[in-house]
Amino acid sequence: MNILLEPWPWYVSGPLIALVMFLLIFMGKKFGMSSNLESMCSMCGAGKRADYFNFDWRAKRWNLIVMLGAAIGGFVAAHFLSVGAAPVDISAETVKSLESLGFQSAGEAYLPDRLFAVEALTEPKTLIILLGGGLLIGFGARYAAGCTSGHAISGLSNLQLPSLIAVIGFFIGGLIMIHLLFPLIF
Amino acid sequence: MKRTLAYLFIGIFFGIVMYKSEAASWFRIYEMFRFESFHMYGIMGSALLLGVTGVQLIKRKRIRSFSGEPIKIASKDRGFKNYLFGGIIFGLGWALAGACPGPIYTLIGAGYVSIIIVLAGALLGAFLYGLFKRKLPH
Repeated sequence: MNILLEPWPWYVSGPLIALVMFLLIFMGKKFGMSSNLESMCSMCGAGKRADYFNFDWRAKRWNLIVMLGAAIGGFVAAHFLSVGAAPVDISAETVKSLESLGFQSAGEAYLPDRLFAVEALTEPKTLIILLGGGLLIGFGARYAAGCTSGHAISGLSNLQLPSLIAVIGFFIGGLIMIHLLFPLIF
Repeated sequence: MKRTLAYLFIGIFFGIVMYKSEAASWFRIYEMFRFESFHMYGIMGSALLLGVTGVQLIKRKRIRSFSGEPIKIASKDRGFKNYLFGGIIFGLGWALAGACPGPIYTLIGAGYVSIIIVLAGALLGAFLYGLFKRKLPH
């Protein structure tokens, strides 16, 4: 039982993610989380403003249910399958580089307090970072027609060249953000 | 109803895996882009090893779905610019907010209220894409 409460190693987690993809494939669907963003836009009536959202979101209701499940899973994992703050044991070099950027909770928490503690929300800069980060995620994921699940897992599993291009893009963007922009932002 | 419950359980399982694998941790994403740990590469690599093998098997052996239908795995539409530019924009956001669309929901469930702002941003971003789609290079 204790082993469940520890963080799960990559060689357990990776195959389980593949299992999620195969379960959805065997249900006749596909594994891709970001299309829920456009379903939710469509649900809220975005079809009146842009044709892109004029589709029957009810046909994608199954994916919204998977999404709801992912949230419940987060609740279950954080409350019943973790000990304390579930600190993430990142490498010593990573902790050091984060401390030089002013992140104090590196290696001791699941998410950095500086960005995700409720108190940090009073800081306008934090709000801009969270909203801006989300904006880039949503815009980019729909522009690229997929995110980590749809391209890096589903698409690459099906040996799709467009997914490889998208994943290379994910890394170009991520490397630019962390190596060039982080020193300017933090 | 049975199918709905199946999707819900797959989602719950996915959420637990995202949280327990630490793929939903901002710290792991930062560490990955600094190439300072094998963890995230191990997760994606082992998922893909099984994923590629399984998808090939499904295609070659014409394996059927749970309900007995032939399984169709659609190819992605052809393109280059949208995948590259969209990918880069997504990567910038992924590294900054430290969460991709799956983990966003998982973290909200785990009780991180601030992630709701990331979700609001992502919805706004998806909406803006829909609005400006025709003006963007694809």
